[in-house]
Amino acid sequence: MWSYEKRLQFPVNIKEPNAKIAQAIMSQYGGPDGELGASMRYISQRYSMPYNEVAAILTDIGTEELAHLEMVSTIVHQLTKNLSMEEIEASGFANYYVDHTVGIWPMAAGGIPFNSCEFQSKGDAITDLFEDMAAEQKARTTYDNILRLVHDSDVCDPIRFLRAREIVHFQRFGEANREDCSKSEHAQYNH
Amino acid sequence: MTNTNNSEQRRLFHDIGVIDFVIVEMNEYLDTHPTDKEAIEYLSHYVRMKNQAMREYAAKYGPLRISDADGCNQDEWKWATQPWPWEGGC
Repeated sequence: MWSYEKRLQFPVNIKEPNAKIAQAIMSQYGGPDGELGASMRYISQRYSMPYNEVAAILTDIGTEELAHLEMVSTIVHQLTKNLSMEEIEASGFANYYVDHTVGIWPMAAGGIPFNSCEFQSKGDAITDLFEDMAAEQKARTTYDNILRLVHDSDVCDPIRFLRAREIVHFQRFGEANREDCSKSEHAQYNH
Repeated sequence: MTNTNNSEQRRLFHDIGVIDFVIVEMNEYLDTHPTDKEAIEYLSHYVRMKNQAMREYAAKYGPLRISDADGCNQDEWKWATQPWPWEGGC
C-alpha cells in the first residue's frame, strides 16, 4: 500500500529550458543507475529478505526513490516544456521529440529504454545488499557527472540534494549488511 | 500554486518540506538503529509537527494528502483543481 503527498521532496523551479541538459539528466529517471531502477530494485528485494529491519530499510528507501524519480522527471519536464522548434532541432532533441514530443519516458541518456535488467533481485540477503550499496555509488557517480555538465544553479541545487541522498542510502545499506546480516552467522554458532 | 504571491502559503509549504526531511532521515536511521530511544522521541516530535502543519495547510490552501481532506473547504475538491508539484510554484 502506498499514499501520495502532493509536493516534491526538494523544490524544483527551473526558469531556463535546456534540452541538451535534459537529455543527460533523463538518465537518472530511466537509465542504468536511475531512480526508477533504484525504487524497483529495493521494493522487489523485500520479499526474500529474512530480516524485518532490512525489509524496513528496503521499503523506506524504495519509497524515497519514488520521490526522487518525481524530482528527476520534474527537472526534465521543466527543462523541455517551453522549447521552440528551432531549439529542439539545434540541441539534438529531435530524436526524442519524434517519439515522445515533450512527454516524460524512461530511458538512458544514450537512448536505451528502461528495462529491469538494470537491477537485480537475487533472493540472497548478502548479495542483494552489496548490489544496493554498489547501486547507490553508481547513482552518486552519475550525479557527479551531471554536476560537471550542468552550470544552472536552478538545476544543480536539486541534483546536489539527490547526490547527497545516495551517500546516506549507501550508509544505511552498509549498516543493514553489517548489523542485521551478521545475525545469520551468530544463529549458526548458537545452534 | 494558484497564488505564488502568497508568502504565508509559501512559508508553510517550505516548512512542511523541511520537517518532512527530518522525518525521512530519522525513519531510515531508525530502520538500522531500532532501539535508539532518543531517535524515536525525536522522530515522534517531528511527526506531530508535520501533522499540525499539514492540517493547517489543508484548511487554508487545500490538502497535500488525502488523509487531510476532511479539514478542507467543502465547496471545491482542491486536490484536483490546484497545480501539481512539477508545475513549480511553492
